[in-house]
Formats: sequence, structure tokens, C-alpha cells
Amino acid sequence: MKILQLLGSWGLSTVQEMGHMTIFLVNSLYTTFKPPFKIRLLLRQIRFLGNKSLLVILLTGAFTGMVLALQLFYILRKFGSEALLGPGIALSLIRELGPVLCALMITGRAGSALTAEIGMMRISEQIDALTAMALNPIRYLIVPNIVAAIIVFPLLTSIYNVIGIYGGYRVGVKLLGISSGTYFSLMKNYLDMKDVMIGFYKSLSFGIIVSWICCYKGFYTGYGAEGVSKSTTEAVVMSSILILVWDYFLGTFFV
Amino acid sequence: MIELIDVYKSFGEQKVLNGVNLTIPDKKVVTIMGKSGCGKSVLIKHIIGLLTPDKGSVLIDGVDITTLDITELDRIREKLGVLFQGGALFDSLTVYGNVAFQLREKTKLGRKEIRDRVIRALEDVGLKGMGKKYPAELSGGMKKRAGLARALIAEPSIVLFDEPTTGLDPIISRSIHRLIRATHEKYQYAAVIISHEVPGIFEISDKVAMLYNGMIEEYGTPEEIVNSSNPVIKQFITGSLEGPIESLS
Repeated sequence: MKILQLLGSWGLSTVQEMGHMTIFLVNSLYTTFKPPFKIRLLLRQIRFLGNKSLLVILLTGAFTGMVLALQLFYILRKFGSEALLGPGIALSLIRELGPVLCALMITGRAGSALTAEIGMMRISEQIDALTAMALNPIRYLIVPNIVAAIIVFPLLTSIYNVIGIYGGYRVGVKLLGISSGTYFSLMKNYLDMKDVMIGFYKSLSFGIIVSWICCYKGFYTGYGAEGVSKSTTEAVVMSSILILVWDYFLGTFFV
Repeated sequence: MIELIDVYKSFGEQKVLNGVNLTIPDKKVVTIMGKSGCGKSVLIKHIIGLLTPDKGSVLIDGVDITTLDITELDRIREKLGVLFQGGALFDSLTVYGNVAFQLREKTKLGRKEIRDRVIRALEDVGLKGMGKKYPAELSGGMKKRAGLARALIAEPSIVLFDEPTTGLDPIISRSIHRLIRATHEKYQYAAVIISHEVPGIFEISDKVAMLYNGMIEEYGTPEEIVNSSNPVIKQFITGSLEGPIESLS
């Protein structure tokens, strides 16, 4: 009986939290389209998200491409299709790995910092101060982050993809001996605009998910430093899980 | 004028406000005192509209703010200035940016006029020439003074002070009290001060209210409070461990 009670209580609180999160997102999106627009804050957040994540994106992008080249070459050689290495790397990165891994990296690097920053503003009453000044904190703190993420995620993903393809090229052509022309010319044959758009839609939606979860967790953080630390962990874990789950659903839609 | 009428507020099982009735007249300094955790900050958050009472009304200039939508509530909030406990200065802005923030965002004043007003406000609180510093570079007392300048910049008719001297040494505390009095005389706002700095706070208060068990135990002039025979007031003022107010032991 006690287990049932616990399960019921967990279920209720989960549904309540989901409702709360949905209202937060709807409110934020509604405020996004309502003037006045805070362009300066938007630029600051684009810099914050982009700048914080660029180096890690360059590094992980290059190594993802290089590892992909090694593994794909090993598999393709078994079928005598080494020439398909270029398209294999490009399709894997552009359709799937680029948006997903890039989103996970931004979550770890900038998303966690975002939750911590907003959380600190909450516990030091800076958010209450905005409200007391009759200024909507959603407009000043949340909207710039969501719009910045919508702009930054596809941009960083495209950088990730380019660097990944180049990493694959270095390993495939310079190390494994595939001809440079084959690597790129077949890529052009097998890749079309639809694949690029799938990756674009994915990165766009991941941008909304990560900024939504990270802002929400910071905005409604618990008390003290422990509360902020807990919110930051929750934001990273929840964003990462949602990225993968949402990626699966998008994958079934675009298959 | 602020009127709290039969205000109740609970958080889960914990009853914090249990029927608070209090009237704060225009242009007067009213201090609300009480032991730590008795609900003083919760009370002030009801006046700002950050919290809604479970029961009862909060009237500001005759308007019940508990029934207002967010746009109407914001119009009432424009009459308020708030000095939060830690100053609540925006970390990413300089002292100048913090003080100018509300004018930049809420008014159509020109850059020069905003600059003049900010410089004047900083001078009023003794922070002349400190505008370029960031909050992280300020001491506790300076943060409170910058917070006070920010609270006063829009010339509100009501200013709320949430423990303005907590964590400060007695000399700085006294100078903050004097600063509140001086700015009050200059701007003629109604002040609500949350404090347990007795008897120091009596010097600047026109009236004092004691919050105890979620209700206003006594409300009167500082003299009336000091001479009260109420055991709760007596114990609080003397800081005695014996009496109706529970101590840690």
C-alpha cells in the first residue's frame, strides 16, 4: 500500500512539474514575440553561449570525425566499399551525430553555466528585484537565452560538422590512404539538401530544449548553494536525456 | 498608505502569517520587528506582490493588490522601491548601471538626465565616484547603500527595507539608519523597515510593530514599545532567554 502511495505521489509531482515547465515555455515563447525586444541582451547571450562552447565544439568535432573515419573504414573494408568513407562520415555527422553531440557538449559547457547564473540570481534576490521594479524577469533573463540558443545551436552544429568532416578527411586520406577526390566527390553524390535540413531542424529543436530546461531549472532553483548545485546537475541530466529521446522521435519522423 | 487586512499565509503545514492587520501611513517610517524566521520577509513580499496571501487583503493606496492582474500590479509596483537584504544588485552591471537600470528601462529620460539623477542618488548615499565599480568589488555596507540609491532613483512613494543592516558592524549600521532617515526627509516616502536591530532602529522610526506568532503583537510609537508591559515585547527588547518567545534551548 505504501509503495502505491509513493508511486502515486511521485506520479502527481511529476505531472505537476511537467505542467509547470510547459507553462514556463509557453510564457517565454509568448514574451519572445512581444515588444520591447532586448537586442543588447540577446547579443550578450549569443556571445555567452557561442564563445563558451566554441573551443569544446572544435575539439570534439575533430575527434568525432577522426574516430568515425577509423571505425567506418574498418567496417567498409569488410565489404570492399572503402570509397564510401566520405559519404558515410558526412551523413552520420550531418543527420545524427553533429546535432546530438554538439547539443550535449553545449549543455555541459554553457547550459550548466546558464542554470548556475540564473540560479544565483534567484537566491541573491536579483530576480525578485527585477519583479519589484515592475520589469518582467522572463523578458530580461529567459527570452534572450532561448533566442540565442535558437541562433547558436545550428551555427555551432554546422561548425561541428565541417570540423568533423575535415577530421575524417585527415584520417581517411592522410592516414588510411583513400584518395582525396573520392572522399569528397562521393559525398556530393550521396548527400542532399534534405539531410542538411534534418540536421538543421534537429539542432534548432535541441536549442529550444536545452535553453528551456536550463533556464527553468535556474529560475526555480532551491535554496542556497546546494539548491543551485542540484538544479545545475538536474538541468544537465534532464537536457541530455531529452536530447536523446527527442532525437529518437525526430529520427522516426524523418527516417 | 499600505493596509494589511487579516492576512494569512502558510507554506505546507507551516503557518507563517496568521491574521496580520497593519496600517502603514503615508510619509512615515514604520519598523516591523520580530525574531528571525517569524515571517517578516514574507510580510514584505506580500506588499511587493511577490507572494499572494492564502486569505486576506493587501491594499496599497486603497487598491487591493491581491486581485490585480500582472499589468495592474506592475503599475502599483512602480510606486515602490525595495532594498533587499543582500542589496540584490545585478552582478553583471556596474553600480552606475544598477542605479540607472530602472530609469533606462521604465522611462523615456535622456542620457544626460539619467546621468544627473544617478550621480545625485549616489551622492545622497555617500557613493560619489563609485559608479564604475562592480558589486563584487563593494563591501557589505556599500552594497546596501548602492541598493538604497537604486531603490530611490525612481522617487517612489513607498520604500521597503528588508533588514537593511544585517551583517554590518554597529557603526556602519548606525550610518545606514541615519542615511534612511536623511533620504526619508528629502524624498518623503513611506518606509517599511524589517529589522531586529533594537533599540537602534527606534531612533529613526515613527512607529514600530512587533510580529509574533504570525500576528501583530503590538503597534505603537517607539516610546510606547519601549515602555510596553507586554512580556513578548519586553523579552525581545532586552534579549532575555526567559519569557514567552522560544529560544534555541
